[in-house]
Formats: sequence, C-alpha cells, structure tokens
Amino acid sequence: MMNETDAKKCSIVVFSGDMDKAMAAFIIATTAAAMGRETSMFFTFWGLKAIQKGNPTGKGLFGKMLGLMNRGGIDRIGPSRLNFGGIGRWMFKKMMKDKGVTSLPELRQMAIDLGVNLLACQMSMDVMEITREDLIDEVADVVGAATYCNAALQGQALFI
Amino acid sequence: MSEFTPTKTLDARGLQCPMPVVKTSQEIKKVSVGDILEVLATDPGSMADITAWCKSTGNELLKMDKGDGVFKFYIRRVN
Repeated sequence: MMNETDAKKCSIVVFSGDMDKAMAAFIIATTAAAMGRETSMFFTFWGLKAIQKGNPTGKGLFGKMLGLMNRGGIDRIGPSRLNFGGIGRWMFKKMMKDKGVTSLPELRQMAIDLGVNLLACQMSMDVMEITREDLIDEVADVVGAATYCNAALQGQALFI
Repeated sequence: MSEFTPTKTLDARGLQCPMPVVKTSQEIKKVSVGDILEVLATDPGSMADITAWCKSTGNELLKMDKGDGVFKFYIRRVN
C-alpha cells in the first residue's frame, strides 16, 4: 500500500441525515480508505443519526421531542425525497438489495474495518442533547470545526 | 506477454461499487509483493475504478479482460 503519510487525506462533513446522502458519504469514505488514504468523517447535525445507537435522546422538553421525532439509528434513515413515511425507504432498500448494492449498515462497518475515523460534532450534539453514550462505540472522538478545517487542508474536503 | 498465473483470485462478481475496489484493497494484502491477484467483477464501473485504484496505490494493472459480462483484472502487488 502507498505510504499513508504521503497520500492526501479525505475529510467528509456528513451534515445530512438522509439515506441516499449517507450512502454517498460512506461509499466515498470506504473507497478513499481502500486507496490507503487517511479518511475522516465528521458527523454533524442530522448526520449524527448515522452514528447513533437508536435509543431516544434528549434531556429537556425540546430535546426529548426532537429525540422522539428523530429516533432510530442508521437503519431508520430514509431517502432525502419520496420517503412517504417509510415506504420509500423500504423500496429503495429492496431495489439496492436486488442489485447487489451493499446496505448502509454494512457500509458503515466496512468503513470502520478500513480504519475510517468516525468523528462527532460537539456543538450539534449539545444543541440536540445527544450524548456520547447515544453514539455507537466505534466513534473515535467528539470534535469541533477546527479539527475538520485542519484535516481538510491536508487533502480532499467534501460536504454531504 | 506470456500468461500470468495469479496467486489468488478475488471473486467480486455480483458486487456493486464500492465493493470491488474495497475488497481488492483487502485481498492484495494477502498476496506477497510481486505476486498477482486476479479480480473478477460484473460491475461495469469497476473498469474505471480498479484502474484508478491501481494508479492511486501504485500497484500494477497487468491486464484487463472483458468477456461474457465478467471483467477480469490482473494486478501485481508492488508495495
């Protein structure tokens, strides 16, 4: 494999909590990692859903309301359009399975296995009242914007 | 060029992006430097992808075959 320190880093901000966008993010991340590049994914705001365990979140009234409306882990994420209360999600999953496309949870595991850094945004976690314990164990760290900006300077930067 | 004898074959047929490239990156570690990995794929995107992966990682794409809807790649591990 190419020397990892020579290769350009890949830094992806995952802002969207949509299945289609999360898939694009994980596909790019796993491919970059497969090319021997140090890859990080910064999950922020709606993107946090892709790294949540799925338990109800929140402390205060609004936080709990949000946690209820936004409940579920990576398996409950729907497409950015045509979700129709979950039917669209089910249809897309079926179509992808029939065509041999790797599912989102499997893609996430693949990313973990390939050493992609899963990082969570401290600020959006605070706002949405999502705690470290609400996130999957494989999340490497909880960081701020400066961490992303720094990593992004050293290679490819994406906002999904 | 004479026929290659692959040390290992990766069957990625039926798998879609990004799996052909991801699995290639994992399998190449299991052959020694200088050995040849044969990769089978049905994903049409793999033609460009495997080529790009080889270019990016420095591994040598010796040959690419297309036949009966199956793409065959012969990759020599360089590093």
